[in-house]
Amino acid sequence: MHQIKLPLSICAISIASLLLSQNSNAESMSYSNKLLLTGGVSQVEGAAGGGLTPWAVIGGYGTNNEIGGNVHYTYAKTGDYKLDSYGLTVGFYDRFELSIAEQKFDVNNLRKKVDAALPGAIGRNEISQTIIGAKVRVLGEAVLDADTWVPQVAVGFQYKKNHDGDFVKSAVVGAKSDHGVDFYIAATKLLLDKNLLLNSTLRFTKANQFGLLGFGGSRHDNYQPQLEVSAAYLLSKNVAIGAEYRMKPNNLKSPANDALFGGANVVELKEHDAFDLFIAYAPTKNISLTAAYVNLGNIATVDAVGADFGHQDGVYLSVQFGI
Amino acid sequence: MKTKSFNIFFTSLLLLLSAQIYADEAPQASPNLGTTVLNETDTFKAFGGKEGLVKIMDDFMINLIQDPRTKPFFDNEKQTFIKAMLVEQICEILNGGCKYPGRDMATSHANMKVNRAAFNALVESFQFAMDKHNVPFTAQNKLLAKLAPMYREIETTTGDAVPPAALN
Repeated sequence: MHQIKLPLSICAISIASLLLSQNSNAESMSYSNKLLLTGGVSQVEGAAGGGLTPWAVIGGYGTNNEIGGNVHYTYAKTGDYKLDSYGLTVGFYDRFELSIAEQKFDVNNLRKKVDAALPGAIGRNEISQTIIGAKVRVLGEAVLDADTWVPQVAVGFQYKKNHDGDFVKSAVVGAKSDHGVDFYIAATKLLLDKNLLLNSTLRFTKANQFGLLGFGGSRHDNYQPQLEVSAAYLLSKNVAIGAEYRMKPNNLKSPANDALFGGANVVELKEHDAFDLFIAYAPTKNISLTAAYVNLGNIATVDAVGADFGHQDGVYLSVQFGI
Repeated sequence: MKTKSFNIFFTSLLLLLSAQIYADEAPQASPNLGTTVLNETDTFKAFGGKEGLVKIMDDFMINLIQDPRTKPFFDNEKQTFIKAMLVEQICEILNGGCKYPGRDMATSHANMKVNRAAFNALVESFQFAMDKHNVPFTAQNKLLAKLAPMYREIETTTGDAVPPAALN
């Protein structure tokens, strides 16, 4: 609890000071002049986008001479795992975006099963990581350029530091590193006359399960391009429904399988692509709510101890406050 | 002889085909319209025709003057003229049989400085007016898709917005 409180209060103070600094300069500063929902929502790693993928939009409601930003909290629950995530996203002049997010991945169900056979193999109830992201819009105007096919394009990176390096680099998981940097290029286009928003993101990454299981592994330890696509249909000014598909690498092969089980695939860490179906609702520019069905496939399965966790799907809920 | 009659036949066929193609095309836009004309008339009907546009523009102007971001640009003696021009322009864009007689977007905004915040504020006031008159969201966006790219001519600053009175 202590761990969660401090960064959250930092987020709250940052957003409050942002609001205050803008109000104190009310004569010359304005804010929240972007159109509703056109800054996207905070994706799971903290960048503005959909639920799973970063988009080319800049977070917050600031236009080209304004600063905007928001704080978010996201809760995802699949059959056997749980993810809590919260963070801060700030958009500068509809050009640059900085974000920070903290993720806590609850592995208590797996731990309980594994402890029965191999006590202490996991040794924790949760895995956490911090993600610092930056994004810059390089061309295009996703919303207003409705007479051309040219999308809005942004490039960005996400630096991820896993705080459970001793576990993710252990012989059970076999990641090669506890930190890594994802690089991406995203293209977003609103087909306004069709109420349709399309996004495509190409990410170069070594991250296992977003980085929650470290970076690189015995199968692969190199950057691999991964495609992420999203489509959203606008039902009204403040409601969008959509779907996303995010490819993920498959780097891990537990070293314990060779070392302890004669090569048998006892600890299955095969990674699957992720997809979601979402609805996002923004009653005002200060709040947005996202609910989704999310499917992550396999994360970690150990059939031998009854941890048949191969199909992780469930609910994703996110709330965002900002300007 | 054979070649000639074939040529006549072929030319007639081409003319017929091209007439067929042009029948589906939208009318030629007035020179200052700033966009092309929609190639259907359902959207115009969804706006309630020209009478609908007149009512929407009345509420649009009320919204623009209520909003402090746009009030300085519209709270002047030109309101009636601006509303009438908007009705003609949008009626033509929606293929409603009008001809926009006004100036182009760059010229009509030359005596002010519009930034993105002011432009978006206007879009919001327009959306509220269309909502009030029950224009379906899809019809609204068909029109907005025609109007939105005009930001390139209308927006002349990335700094502070400056209303016309301040520049005169």
